[in-house]
Amino acid sequence: MSPRPGFVLEVDRSTPPTLFWHGEGFRFERLPEGSRVIYPQEPIAAIADFDAAIRHALEHPLGASKPLSQLLFSGMRLTIAFDDISLPLPQMRAPDIRQRVIEAVLDEAAGAGVDDVVLIAALALHRRMTDDELRHALGSRVFDAFAPNGLLWQHDAEDPSGLVHLGMTDEGEDVEINRRAAESDLLVYVNINLVPMDGGHKSVATGLASYRSIRHHHNARTMQHSRSFMDRHNSELHTSNWRMGRLIKDAGVKIFQIETSMNLDTFPSQFGFLQKREWEWSLADRAGFHATRASLERTPPRLARQIFQSIRSPHGPTSIQAGEVEAVHDRTLENVFRQQLVSVEGQTDVLTMGLPYICPYNVNSIMNPILVACLGLGYFFNLYRGQPLVREGGVCIISHPTPWAFHPVHHPSYIDFFEQVLSDTTDPVEVEKRYEQAFATDPWYIHLYRTSYAYHGVHPFYMWYWCAHTLEHLGAVIIVGGDRAAVRRMGFRPATTLQDALEMAEDVVGRDPTVTHVHMPPVLMADVG
Amino acid sequence: MSIRLPRRIEEVVVRPTWPGTLPRTIEPRNLGVDYDTDWARSRLARAVRHAVTEGVTRPVVAALSNPTIFGAEHFEAINGPMIFAANHASHLDTSVVIASLPDRIRHRVVVAAAADYFFDRAWKAALWSLTLGTIPMERNKVDRKSADLAAQLIGDGWSVVIFPEGGRSPDGWGQEFRGGAAYLAKRCKVPVIPVHLRGVRPVLPKGGNTIRRHAVEVRFGDPLWPREDADESGRKEDARRFAARIERSVAVLADEAESDWWTARRRAASGATPEFRGPQASPWRRAWALPQSARRTRTDRPKSSTKPW
Repeated sequence: MSPRPGFVLEVDRSTPPTLFWHGEGFRFERLPEGSRVIYPQEPIAAIADFDAAIRHALEHPLGASKPLSQLLFSGMRLTIAFDDISLPLPQMRAPDIRQRVIEAVLDEAAGAGVDDVVLIAALALHRRMTDDELRHALGSRVFDAFAPNGLLWQHDAEDPSGLVHLGMTDEGEDVEINRRAAESDLLVYVNINLVPMDGGHKSVATGLASYRSIRHHHNARTMQHSRSFMDRHNSELHTSNWRMGRLIKDAGVKIFQIETSMNLDTFPSQFGFLQKREWEWSLADRAGFHATRASLERTPPRLARQIFQSIRSPHGPTSIQAGEVEAVHDRTLENVFRQQLVSVEGQTDVLTMGLPYICPYNVNSIMNPILVACLGLGYFFNLYRGQPLVREGGVCIISHPTPWAFHPVHHPSYIDFFEQVLSDTTDPVEVEKRYEQAFATDPWYIHLYRTSYAYHGVHPFYMWYWCAHTLEHLGAVIIVGGDRAAVRRMGFRPATTLQDALEMAEDVVGRDPTVTHVHMPPVLMADVG
Repeated sequence: MSIRLPRRIEEVVVRPTWPGTLPRTIEPRNLGVDYDTDWARSRLARAVRHAVTEGVTRPVVAALSNPTIFGAEHFEAINGPMIFAANHASHLDTSVVIASLPDRIRHRVVVAAAADYFFDRAWKAALWSLTLGTIPMERNKVDRKSADLAAQLIGDGWSVVIFPEGGRSPDGWGQEFRGGAAYLAKRCKVPVIPVHLRGVRPVLPKGGNTIRRHAVEVRFGDPLWPREDADESGRKEDARRFAARIERSVAVLADEAESDWWTARRRAASGATPEFRGPQASPWRRAWALPQSARRTRTDRPKSSTKPW
């Protein structure tokens, strides 16, 4: 049976309560009659023989690119870059897509007699991956062949000798990327497209770039002019990346881009209820949900976090395309939209969302308040095409515990950002103007980024810029069930229950507002007409 | 006595409601009118049902409602199968009717049950087929399959219990009788026994989630045979008119339950039988006019506090 498309449900009296994610837990909420709930499409079928699909993609490239086998030759310098721990979410059940693709590329390289091969995790300004995380992403065969010989690198955006400045774009943007990647005879980039923002020129122009380069598009102005940053053709973030990508190409860097898309089979069978519509829950689903919820209520937060972070997603690959960057990315977006796009008529006064335990920047870590804001107001809000789901001046209600908690190793600069910066101002433009330079160039943060497992000192600023368009657009943000002090620190309003939040929202948008709830994850992209 | 499941258990065992704004796209297979109940009339299933009826159903009915039975002698002389047509106000009605039937009929009776309600899930279909001998009946439209099955069972000597209103009364008053029982009686040439149940609604009304004890009276009326000859106006009695006659008989039994046999008879003869379906008025006036026996008074409500704070 073909998967049912995503759709918009109108809530009536007989609609059962709606599941809201609430961090490492859930809420079961009754939405007002007449509210809309947007459900994602069911998972489309994964490619049955993915290894054959990989081989086909490598030998039948898109755009002006030769097949991979013709690009490989003995004596060449080959660099294979791949997406880091931030993709996919949750982490994929082994074997990871990256492992399968990279093994196929290495098979080709071995056949062509290529000796000089280096693998690079494209971290950008993210934290370094642990050996276990690398082993999971690449598989033991690849890890054991490259890591012990020092051929498995992690991109270092603060290593002066490891970067090369390729020039400036017409808009005066510095383009500085990883030297090894730039000076290789061929750079193969292996990508995973979880949301439409990923991939394209952003893979190399951001993933292998330095702070000097990234700052040109990761800033408040760019984000405020992206409508949205999930829609490439209306995203300043992507326009800037595309300018840089073309400069990289003109500088002679030969890139063979491999992009993959995945279906929405996001959670394993024991969490099957998360992928079903509430009125279709079987007895097993209902028992599973209530047992899970009851257990989580009695589980210490630390243990609950560990349980959730151990979830491995059964994501299935739905497409793979390789070749020239822009041609590949266009095809990838078609495949991502085929799975994720849901048509929605008109905007709403109040948008509600339940946030899960994970976002791209807290894998095996803590979802701190800044990441809560980034996931809700950055990612979820911006998953639209056309116009935002909520009208200008509307209200966004987020359900998440929002604990005042930070991972001291992964997010050291977040702690100071939260304490020093947000206590002074929450305006992204002011934040950028007054504080970014100090954090970005702080030697201690740079040291931790390069040698420990810390996100770059400037990273919390980017998370806050991610919300810039949303903060400008909305009349108020209300967080249900969050730590009140943490919520207020970010300039949002805390509420105990959804009903309270809806009452509070009426103060902003007027009586009897229209309410829309986005039922994700699994993720969806609203095509708002 | 009040029984209510804890909310969380209820959320697990009770199937979620279906949004009214969404058409049902998934049609369950081998459920509804398509559910095959043959197995529930096998020797083994009948033995189990016999044990359940005698060991569980009747004692529970006796404990909850201690039914008093009137008029069972009306159909003692009838040897073949018959159709029992009763008013319907509570889920307990089926058990009360079965428990009130004579032994020879009680264990050879099937109950026509709503296919969309009792046969929408495999476990429900199996449970009710086994314990009450239900067969699926389409209540919203004419369905040949369910009519054929009932006719076949009557031909095999099974009596049938039908609630011609098609569902439980939402407010305690009767509803229009549909033609299913009348059609079957005409088709199979068997009598219809009108049945009136008094006092069942207070035990477990529609929409109620608690059970309370309340005395119940079960009245069987005279057998009604379908008429083959034309009436005074020259019209033959079709199923619709026969259904109306059955409804009038149940209405007379209802009057008898609230007054006495002689008064009810005289009112029936003069066309003054109280309205079975209640007054055509606003909901509150209908509730106001409801006989005491159909009301659920909250005798066990906790006394409100007299404290001023």
